[in-house]
Amino acid sequence: MTILAAKDIGISFGGVKAIDGVSFAVSPGQILSIIGPNGAGKTTLFNIVSGVYERDQGQVELSGEDVTGLTPDKLATRGMSRTFQNLQIFQRMTAAENVMVGRHLRERCNLLADLFRLPSVTRQNAQTRDAALTFLNDVGLRTSADVAAGSLSYGACKRLEIARALASEPRVLLLDEPAAGCNAVETEEIEELIRRVAAKGIAVVLVEHDMKLVMKISDHILVLNRGKPIADGKPHEVRDNPAVLEAYLGKHGAREAARA
Amino acid sequence: MLQKIGHRYLILIVLAVIVAVLPLIFPSSYYFRVASLVWVSALAAIGLNVLMGSAGQVSLGHAGFFGIGAYAVAIGPAHFGIPPWAALLLGCFISSVLAYLVGRPILKLKGHYLAIATLGLGVLVALVITTESRWTGGPDGMPVAKLVLFGWRVSGSDTWYWVSGGLLIIGTWIALNLNDTPTGRAFRALHDSEVAARVAGIDVARFKLQAFVIAAAYASVAGSVLALMNGFINPDQAGFLHSVEMVTMVVLGGLGSVVGSIVGAAVLITLPQVLTVFQEYEHLLLGFIIIVSMIFMRDGIVPTLSRVLAKRTKA
Amino acid sequence: MPEFVQFLISGLTVGAVYALVALGFTLVYNASDVVNFAQGEFVMLGGMVTVFATAAGVPLPLAAVLAVCVSVIVGLLLYWLAIEPARDASPVTLIIITIGASILLRGAAQILFDKQFHKLPSISGDTPIHLLGATVQPQSFWVLGGTAVIVLLLYVFLERTVLGKAVLATAANRLAARLVGINTATVMALAFGGSAAIGAIAGILITPITLTSYDVGTMLALKGFAAAMLGGMGNPLGAVAGGLLLGLLEAFGVGYISSTYKDAFAFIVILLVLFAMPQGLFGRRTVERV
Repeated sequence: MTILAAKDIGISFGGVKAIDGVSFAVSPGQILSIIGPNGAGKTTLFNIVSGVYERDQGQVELSGEDVTGLTPDKLATRGMSRTFQNLQIFQRMTAAENVMVGRHLRERCNLLADLFRLPSVTRQNAQTRDAALTFLNDVGLRTSADVAAGSLSYGACKRLEIARALASEPRVLLLDEPAAGCNAVETEEIEELIRRVAAKGIAVVLVEHDMKLVMKISDHILVLNRGKPIADGKPHEVRDNPAVLEAYLGKHGAREAARA
Repeated sequence: MLQKIGHRYLILIVLAVIVAVLPLIFPSSYYFRVASLVWVSALAAIGLNVLMGSAGQVSLGHAGFFGIGAYAVAIGPAHFGIPPWAALLLGCFISSVLAYLVGRPILKLKGHYLAIATLGLGVLVALVITTESRWTGGPDGMPVAKLVLFGWRVSGSDTWYWVSGGLLIIGTWIALNLNDTPTGRAFRALHDSEVAARVAGIDVARFKLQAFVIAAAYASVAGSVLALMNGFINPDQAGFLHSVEMVTMVVLGGLGSVVGSIVGAAVLITLPQVLTVFQEYEHLLLGFIIIVSMIFMRDGIVPTLSRVLAKRTKA
Repeated sequence: MPEFVQFLISGLTVGAVYALVALGFTLVYNASDVVNFAQGEFVMLGGMVTVFATAAGVPLPLAAVLAVCVSVIVGLLLYWLAIEPARDASPVTLIIITIGASILLRGAAQILFDKQFHKLPSISGDTPIHLLGATVQPQSFWVLGGTAVIVLLLYVFLERTVLGKAVLATAANRLAARLVGINTATVMALAFGGSAAIGAIAGILITPITLTSYDVGTMLALKGFAAAMLGGMGNPLGAVAGGLLLGLLEAFGVGYISSTYKDAFAFIVILLVLFAMPQGLFGRRTVERV
């Protein structure tokens, strides 16, 4: 019962075909990882699926509905959320406010009510803040709630982005390198978090370089190289796939790995 | 760190006290006039701060809306027989509608493209005002009828001091309200990262437009009040130099800080008055202030001072 | 027909000045990402310094050279005192700084010179030349010719000399340029000084026709910027094309549509270009990387 499907996605940047014929499908509660060497097009694919880039060909379907070309805010209303490889937190807002922005779709937003700060707005603020604090708690940032996001550590910012993405209660979550720059302990915490998220029935699509993490939690892995899909299957299938080894390690390295 | 709620009311109370108490030290009506000018300019600056400081969109043509408000209360009564208070509301309406119509395409631009587009818009408004002399009196300006409210003729520099001061307090209250609300958060979010704001479900175009219209409305009301206060208006009020002054007030005081906009307006208005000896040097001084403050106090007076105070209290 | 040629020539003449201002903008923008609003003031300085120097007894050619030198010094000071200290500020902050600089220069000119309009004698006299039924002042040819020479020299410099390539490299990627040993501070100084010289020469050439005063800078800067945008921000040839095109649009607009709104044409052009074609006629579209 697929909730997110990408079909035959393609995009070129000035003559370079960054993505060429990539497809995938994810069901609720499933964890799909997209891996590949640098420059394979993983983040570009994310950007297309999440509406940040306009694709040249292909379709994206969310719960069966064709959402190709919709902007990120429209996709958000349909239950998609994501994090970013190069952090896009709101630097000058506090951690709590960052997550409160994530709750935007769950709030009633009326300009006049806000200009005059009607009691309903004050009440709603309190509710939103409580919800935000819960999400912060889930990622272990409760104590930093009122700290300016710009002064948090890199790992904390990564978790903050996840909290913000979860705050909109999405049905599909795209995580772009959530464990990048994290040490072993932090990576384990991220792993736990992702498992919990998937257990709630949210479909998770992951771009990652940390192979251990990927192998441990993925239900399904898609491997890209230079914009093309080269392998697609369960973790153990992908791990021993010669084409995958060659892509990462080159022909010589693949031969070495085969002998190891 | 002061509690957010307490913070808001504290600012309003301090402002109200300042407005109430200041006249006690005024030796002559001249001071009332200068202070009124500060209140009016601060009102416009606060509106511009919502656009520039909160939502992060630059506007180098904002005096255009100020001019529309000013000329509305001049032209309305003179050519159409509309009472000044109605003309004020009409001017605000026209400014808001213009901002709404022009804002949609203009706010798709970013950075210096947006700066120049807004600049062009402001200059066009000023050009139209200067050229259509049949309606506007041309480059020499035109007189403005006195405001009459419920039979009471509003005149006198002290009266206008209280009117403009009161309006400033209301305007400040509204701007402060905005911060901790979904709309205010949407503004600040799209300022820091448009793409992340989008991903959170924020219709960035819609909110930018709201900020633009709010800023236009504030400027228009401020312009109308200034015109009624002075009894006279000329196209310079809509000109590029005035737009630059407005931006300087906001940036000098501190982008994003409502109090900063008031402080910026106060500094920029009173400084030339203090140095009236150097009438000729007005431009030189303005240019100098702009350059120096942008280099050395980039965040603006209020944030820089808060930072300094915060460090002192920690030590 | 003679009307058409008249507008054509006057449009090209004024367009040449816009082109030179736009070229100055482009040079600085390419080297430093700064939109220098004070560009128009260089034109003003070129004219005003020459006028006051000749009034003080300096022979015209020398006065012109002096004016260019003064302008270059002002340009360098602008860079060293106002731009360089704020080099890592946001683009908008930098624009505001240059606006502040242009206001300051205007204020200084107001005090050092005066508020009157001034004229310079034409280089080859004022006897009008008759061309295709239109009456053309000889100075127009000097303006057009001068512009062509400057553009050519700049082209040769940027494309054919090592220092010129260094400027282009700095424009493309400042950090990379520094890493390969290019002294970016020199390049920036060159860009600001060069744009100031170009502006001053434009001012000296055009003053016999359009007169000069302490506040001609603002409108010129705005129109020059419109021209640079029209041609594609950062493209030198585009800047020249944009300038000439803008001059023509203005001349034909004034001639055939309305002369009271002469200045409005440039701004309407800015807005239209920004709405419809923000990259200008010859610019490239960029993609934002996330």
